[in-house]
Amino acid sequence: MSIEWYIVLSALLFATGAMGILIRRSPMVILLCLELMLNAGNLALVAFSRMVGNGEGQIFAVIVMVVAACEVVVGLGLIVAIFRRRLPLNVDDLRELRG
Amino acid sequence: MSATTWSWLVLLFPLLGSITIALGFKALPAKVAGVIGTVSIALAFACGIAALISLLGEDPEARHHASSLWDYASVAGLDIKLGIFVDPLSIFMVLVVTGVSTLIHLYSYGYMQSDEGYHRFFSYLNFFVFSMLLLVLAGNFVLLIVGWAFVGFASYALISFWYRRETATRAGMKAFVINVVGDIGLVLAAFLIFRELGSFDYGTVFERAPEAFTTNEWTIVAICLLLLVGAFAKSAQLPLHTWLPDAMEGPTPVSSLIHAATMVTAGVYLIARTHVLFELAPTVADIAAFTGLATLLVAATMALVMTDLKRAIAYSTMSQIGYMIMGVSIGAYSAGMFHLMTHAFFKALLFMAAGSIIAAMANEQNIDKMGGFGRAMRFTSITFVCGALALAAFPGTSGFFSKDEILAFAEARGGMYLIFTVLGYVGAFLTAIYAFRLVFRVLPGRPCPEAQELIETGHLHHPHGPPVNPATGEPEDTDVGFPGAEHHIAEGSLPMRVAMGVLAVLALVGGLVQIPGVDDVVEKWLDPVWEGSPLAAIHPSLGQDYVGLGIGGFIALAGIGFAYLLYVRRPELPRTLERRLRPLHTLFANKWYFDEAIDLLVVRPALAIGRFANRVFERVVVDGLVSGTEGTVRGASEVVRTVQSGFVRSYALLLIAGFAGLALYFLLSSS
Repeated sequence: MSIEWYIVLSALLFATGAMGILIRRSPMVILLCLELMLNAGNLALVAFSRMVGNGEGQIFAVIVMVVAACEVVVGLGLIVAIFRRRLPLNVDDLRELRG
Repeated sequence: MSATTWSWLVLLFPLLGSITIALGFKALPAKVAGVIGTVSIALAFACGIAALISLLGEDPEARHHASSLWDYASVAGLDIKLGIFVDPLSIFMVLVVTGVSTLIHLYSYGYMQSDEGYHRFFSYLNFFVFSMLLLVLAGNFVLLIVGWAFVGFASYALISFWYRRETATRAGMKAFVINVVGDIGLVLAAFLIFRELGSFDYGTVFERAPEAFTTNEWTIVAICLLLLVGAFAKSAQLPLHTWLPDAMEGPTPVSSLIHAATMVTAGVYLIARTHVLFELAPTVADIAAFTGLATLLVAATMALVMTDLKRAIAYSTMSQIGYMIMGVSIGAYSAGMFHLMTHAFFKALLFMAAGSIIAAMANEQNIDKMGGFGRAMRFTSITFVCGALALAAFPGTSGFFSKDEILAFAEARGGMYLIFTVLGYVGAFLTAIYAFRLVFRVLPGRPCPEAQELIETGHLHHPHGPPVNPATGEPEDTDVGFPGAEHHIAEGSLPMRVAMGVLAVLALVGGLVQIPGVDDVVEKWLDPVWEGSPLAAIHPSLGQDYVGLGIGGFIALAGIGFAYLLYVRRPELPRTLERRLRPLHTLFANKWYFDEAIDLLVVRPALAIGRFANRVFERVVVDGLVSGTEGTVRGASEVVRTVQSGFVRSYALLLIAGFAGLALYFLLSSS
């Protein structure tokens, strides 16, 4: 199987994630879409690693997963905090930091 | 010890006294502060005597020494030392200043006893003496200006001493502002001197000046005119005199010390000190002499009609300083300085006696309300008469010798200068009248209630009710700005009696040191200072001297007699004269409208310019620039702020679109 298929799949996943971030209002879904984008990146990295024939790309993918895990911790923590304060779980309403 | 060491000590004691009293005002009892203040000046006087003795031990030609402690400022070719210049002239001034100051401190010790600001008063007074001594001992123009400005400040602080009195603070500000005009003149003169001669040092300047300038060259004329501005502002000469009568708002010892005996004569000292420059600009010297003449006549007419006891004496001070300015400007240097000395004696005395009477009147200064003090206050009256006799130049008194010395010199110089002699005698006649007008209005006659009380009971009761400022009727703030309810009259206070007694003796016999052809002590002492001056070489002949003395004595007696006729024999005559000469009286009583003229010519235009600048520059230009800048920043931030909408998704869109754009750009540019 040639590399293009992997790349196209990765690009599709990335575009889906980005589109989700842009059009959905729930912070939960936005977080999931972020994960989707990161994993699209991971897929591309792993595919390139296979193509080049060494493991460096895979190492990067593992690091990205670690970063993603950290980011989910922070993101979910925020969402829980927002939920506890009984604020609307809607990013368009949470705009007190506007200039 | 050398004369310079003694002179440094002269400066040191008043400064130490001032600082000690100022820092220790909480710890020191009032009496101790008064003693410290008086003793420090007395010590300065003693050191002045020591310096005099040490100078007397030297050759008359070698009696000038410069001494400096350290560099005051030393940059780029400018070398100013903290230096003093000791010569007969400065020692003469030191002795007059410290001598009279000692007596006035002694007087204040009794007079100010119940004042709330006793410490403050003595600290200021010592500071003033220090500044005045710095002024006369300064060895260069910079230190002269420092001393000049210091005495201006001391004068301001002491005029406004009762600082809760509206009238006093206003008078203080007026004095300060007019004095600053003089300071500016002096500073500019010093700048010009430095530009032309490259030095501030007296020695160097006076040595180089005759070679550097030709007679009446415009630079030397400008220098001398600027010096005159300084001298006129400080010495209350026309038209910068209006602050002096108002300065009478200060406590009476202050009027006596600063506004009669010492500070106001600084201008005379300045002209005498820089006589080398004035001889190079004879036109300016003549301007100064004519101003002095005008002042002496104008002030004498004002003194004739003033009903305020202290203000009348203040105008008399102006008039007498007019004589001195005239004297030192026409070249009668020694005579001018001699008149400065005798004037310090009798004018300080007159103010002290007036202070005693004013204390008895509970700060009322209007002579219309006084009368009969001759019987009520014997000591005060006797000293007051002594002072008035000396002021009127009664034969044998100190003023008799000193005034005629100046007029005889003018006569000896001849030519145009005869005007000064003739009009000087006219002034002398007026002087005798106004001096004895005060005497005859205050001392004899029907006793006023206060005098009656003194005659009957020998003491005065304190006034009832809340204290008020007698001039305006506004209530006094008794915590700080208040002379005190007690009546400190000379009859009840030994220090006051001692000070007045000594001055009365000096006022009567002080002139005997300079009897023409007999001893000439002052002239011989000061002669080395005017060495090489062509004007100082002019001496009136003995005949001229004695004819002058004769005329002067006759005029004084005539004036006193005329005053007797007017105010004792026919007391209704002044009223008649007043009615007959209504316009003249109005002119004199309104002080020749100088205040109004200055208001119209200087104050109002200045205010108008200020308002114009406020309207145009402040409101349009400055405010425009400021609010323009502010508007720009605000507008720009308005635009930037709309981007910060708070919509997370729009941020994400911008981010993604941005990256996509970048990616596209790189893809396109790489292919």
